[in-house]
Amino acid sequence: MDSVALRVSLSLAIATVLVLLPLGIWAGHALAIRSFRGKAFVEALVAVPLILPPTVLGFYLLVTFSARSPLGAAFEAAVGQTLAFSFAGLLVASIIANIPFVVQPIQRAFESVPQEVREAASCCGLTPLQRFIRIEIPLAWPGILTAAILAFAHTLGEFGVVLMVGGNIPGETRTLSIAIYDRMQAFDDRAAGIMAASLLVIAVATLSATTWLGSSVGRRRG
Amino acid sequence: MCLGFVVRAAVVLAVVTGLGCSSQATPPRVAAASDLQFALTGIADQFAKETGEQVELVFGSSGTLARQIQDGAPFALFLSADESFVEQVARAGRTRDQGTLYAIGRIVLFAPRGSPLVASEGFDGLARLIEDGRVPRFAIANPEHAPYGRAAEQALRKHGLWDTLRPALVLGENVSQAAQFATTGNAVGGIIAYSLALAPAMHDRGAHFLIPVGDHDPLRQRMVLLERSGPVAEQFYRYLQQPAARSTLAQSGFVLPD
Repeated sequence: MDSVALRVSLSLAIATVLVLLPLGIWAGHALAIRSFRGKAFVEALVAVPLILPPTVLGFYLLVTFSARSPLGAAFEAAVGQTLAFSFAGLLVASIIANIPFVVQPIQRAFESVPQEVREAASCCGLTPLQRFIRIEIPLAWPGILTAAILAFAHTLGEFGVVLMVGGNIPGETRTLSIAIYDRMQAFDDRAAGIMAASLLVIAVATLSATTWLGSSVGRRRG
Repeated sequence: MCLGFVVRAAVVLAVVTGLGCSSQATPPRVAAASDLQFALTGIADQFAKETGEQVELVFGSSGTLARQIQDGAPFALFLSADESFVEQVARAGRTRDQGTLYAIGRIVLFAPRGSPLVASEGFDGLARLIEDGRVPRFAIANPEHAPYGRAAEQALRKHGLWDTLRPALVLGENVSQAAQFATTGNAVGGIIAYSLALAPAMHDRGAHFLIPVGDHDPLRQRMVLLERSGPVAEQFYRYLQQPAARSTLAQSGFVLPD
């Protein structure tokens, strides 16, 4: 087991969730309760990473982050390393790739809070912020937790974007999924097998957790 | 509650990204062609034992690594499987100098265990199998960006097998992956690096036939220090040119320059 790769994977997954969750709660809430012009387009944009091949995202990010691009060169001049092939760049890529996994479940959760409940809260004199924190978030929490779990698991499993934007640099961008690929090529099937099995266990555990959360929400409503 | 969460999240995020990002203290990263997968790992271990200094090895196809270096990947030393990619990186201004020749690569026809291909018969055996329609899959590295793939293509062309074999080719992203393909699945074999065929991990997976030097352009493998290289990378660069490392390279199936 490549413990350095595991650490990179876990750091990336945790950081992705921590950055995306507040953004996802804000965006999911806005999409759930507001209607505005171009909402359908915004919802489509949110979903785009679901259907785009990782190579498309990887290509655009690499072209943007590369030392040969103006943005990448400016970043390199300021920080001393490029965004491409660094953990920070990987985090940006991971955040973009995970937007739908976070926003969509949260949006669905807020949508399922009945309008009457919101109105009753306002009638009781709660400000929109108080209503949001005391009423809506507690009601929507299974959706928020689902979003966090999905983003976490999806980040652990991401391969294409990581390979293109991150390369295969130990301790920096070599995640567990890249390490499996790397070990395969070194004919180290044992190490690859152990890591593959760990990812499989994590995936099954994650999906069980989300399914369980989903059914508990259903029971409460039912 | 909400603010508390945000503050905690920010703290954890700072710690986590701090852990994820490397500092300057990390060992120099060496980008190496995947034909060096086994030989260079041994040399790096030896280097660590003798000097107490570590290097981090990252393997890939020379073309992919050259592109990553030009895009700003944090490597200190680049060991290519040919010369052109070193020249390309040098032209982009990412190297110290023009580097030096460290090895000349050889290729082999590899037949995995249980394959109808008999390695010792060389290209004649392969040609016969192709005629009989018994080559559903044959693995080489991608000739577009892997020097070993290019050499494989040249050898197959020289023997007039390229056009008939083409529909059956599976292309590895690099020569290590080609070796992976050649030993698994329904490939009857492949053309891979001699250095990989000699490696212990590959040795009992099949037999090989050393392809004559004249069948392809020489794989003149050049290495070069990159602009980010520090003292340890320089030391490793010199170490690679010393007798101990050279003899490991020679034992691993490389021809030594000079």
